[in-house]
Amino acid sequence: MTGAHILIECLKREGVEVIFGYPGGQVLPIFDALYDADIKFILPRHEQGGVHAADGYARATGKPGVCIATSGPGATNLVTGIANAYMDSIPLIAITGQVKTYLIGNDAFQEADVTGITRPITKHNYLVKDVKDLSRIIREAFYIASTGRPGPVLIDIPSDVQMQDTQFIWPETVDIKGYKPTLFGHPGQIKKCTKLIAAAKRPLIYAGGGVITSGACEELKQLAEKINAPVTTTLMGLGSFAETHRLSLRMLGMHGSAYANHAIMEADLIIAIGARFDDRVTGRLDAFAPHAKVLHIDVDPSSISKNVEVDIPIVGDAKNILGQLLEEIKKAPDTSEWLKTIEAWKKKYPFTYKDGEKIKPQYVIEQIRELTKGEAIITTEVGQNQMWAAQWYTYTQPRTFISSGGLGTMGFGFPAAIGAKLGCPGKIVFDIAGDGSIQMNIQELATCVCNKINVKVAILNNGYLGMVRQWQELFYKKRYAHTCISGPDFVKLAESYGAAGIRATKKEEVRPALEKALAIENMVLIDFHIEPEENVYPMVPAGEAINRMMGLA
Amino acid sequence: MKHTISVLVENKFGVLARIAGLFSARGYNIASLAVSQTLDPGVSYMTIVVEVKDEQVLEQIKKQLNKLIDVLTVTDFTKREHVERELVLVKVNYCAKDKEKLQKLLVRFAGKLIRHEKDTAIIEAVGEEKQIKELLESLGKFGVKELVRTGKLAITQ
Repeated sequence: MTGAHILIECLKREGVEVIFGYPGGQVLPIFDALYDADIKFILPRHEQGGVHAADGYARATGKPGVCIATSGPGATNLVTGIANAYMDSIPLIAITGQVKTYLIGNDAFQEADVTGITRPITKHNYLVKDVKDLSRIIREAFYIASTGRPGPVLIDIPSDVQMQDTQFIWPETVDIKGYKPTLFGHPGQIKKCTKLIAAAKRPLIYAGGGVITSGACEELKQLAEKINAPVTTTLMGLGSFAETHRLSLRMLGMHGSAYANHAIMEADLIIAIGARFDDRVTGRLDAFAPHAKVLHIDVDPSSISKNVEVDIPIVGDAKNILGQLLEEIKKAPDTSEWLKTIEAWKKKYPFTYKDGEKIKPQYVIEQIRELTKGEAIITTEVGQNQMWAAQWYTYTQPRTFISSGGLGTMGFGFPAAIGAKLGCPGKIVFDIAGDGSIQMNIQELATCVCNKINVKVAILNNGYLGMVRQWQELFYKKRYAHTCISGPDFVKLAESYGAAGIRATKKEEVRPALEKALAIENMVLIDFHIEPEENVYPMVPAGEAINRMMGLA
Repeated sequence: MKHTISVLVENKFGVLARIAGLFSARGYNIASLAVSQTLDPGVSYMTIVVEVKDEQVLEQIKKQLNKLIDVLTVTDFTKREHVERELVLVKVNYCAKDKEKLQKLLVRFAGKLIRHEKDTAIIEAVGEEKQIKELLESLGKFGVKELVRTGKLAITQ
């Protein structure tokens, strides 16, 4: 079997349903093998679109996403997408062609040191120098990408290795000496936790993306209910705990709810689960959660005590550890006073916006929620659109909010929506976009139309790079340096690609536009002309304590 | 403050770049780094001296190293019984009348005069950080022309 055929055979055995790939000189043997392979293949219009789609597929399904690109520029076009998956711990397999082994290091045509370039943004990477290693490497790559704290793994395959013949051997097991993720929590640490929980008066659960990755949402709910503790989630954790639940404090952080931010500052115990105390969550570190003991559950030991000193760390998989905890906890603390305080904050500081003559972006998202019964998969671009989508949709299920959290990649949401739709064809998939971000990967309209991928894009069009403009308004004396951005006629653009385009410029047009979009069995792009200088509030200025919020009603 | 750690790694393509890249990407300082094969040719041993401002950074360095797939074990020598040595080769000014003085000094520091030619002598010494430092200070009066050192090697008791 040739290297290329071994690759395809391995992908099949790993259960890969769809590959996002772009051809080129150094992946020709792989594409030749794909020609009659029985795997769904999607050709994006840019490699970046392909890698984000694979990422979106992984976030929506929990299975590793797979993308292929050629050497040199094909591979470097994957870099942003790989870094994006790395920051958000998304299982992703990136396969790149490389120049022939004997040309490596020669500055050959379309050569780039791709393992070198991607070393700091992959969980691990491989350059395959011998076809005999290929099946083992692919097996290891899938194992590394999808276990422990997941992440992207890149496999760089020179084109001569793709053509070499060898006997195909499928490694039944994987054994990597230096990689043994901890799965269960240390029983001693669990015992200590239960004591701390029993003694707490103002406990708060702070849940991150790790809860979703680990599939621990049910256990999280049970824990919260058992100990009567409120739950706030990070941006990545949205959907891990139903925002309609009485104990939900929704998202915390820079644009989080005021009540979540107040709660974390007043809590006497923080139970962090699969979250990493990112600067967008903690605000000024030395002012963060001054009264709280911190209990941190995470599969990645290096996340513990990285930013915030942790009192009790438990390393392991969140689902297992929460299961262990639930068994051990006998006594629930009395949190009734605490929940009363929180209720008062909720009443005093709800998310709000002022209705006006023009379309308000928050209103658009509320309408999307109503029409999709809160059951759609929402992907976002990055900036104001992302924060509004996080604040206004109300998430109740895991894997329904798909957004570039750590890296903050504009242009992510649309291709991610394509991947999500392919992974979950039965779901309505909406990309909530800005007019800036959508232009970063707009070419994927062609991918949608050609493959009949029915995703909806709602552009919150304010004519600005809105979040940067907001910062300029608030912190740079309204000096709007290069943030006023013009776009094409999005309706005509959509139509020229063969998609449907709808424009809404008045509030009363919002709902009909959405209804019409949902009725069309095709890719639809809706251009909402929103209030141009609407801001995202509440907001904690960078470097401030997390309870110092601007824009509270 | 300086800390010595050792890292056992799989002897694979790019592993040194992974370690070096980790240090530079996260802004950690390497004071010295020594790498060689072990009894098992598939495994290499690195002794790394790091300079950190507090224990928390040291902890992060160890955890981040452990996260690398090719890293097998990380050992922190800070609180462990261990032996540390470094080898230096020093080129100093030399003239016949200084020979006795130089020999005496080398006896004190267990150094060796490896060769001398015309106006230059090459000295070898092995020792702990403190000894090497004192030797180099003492050699200063002869005039040091050039100096190479291996960086620290360490092994547990």
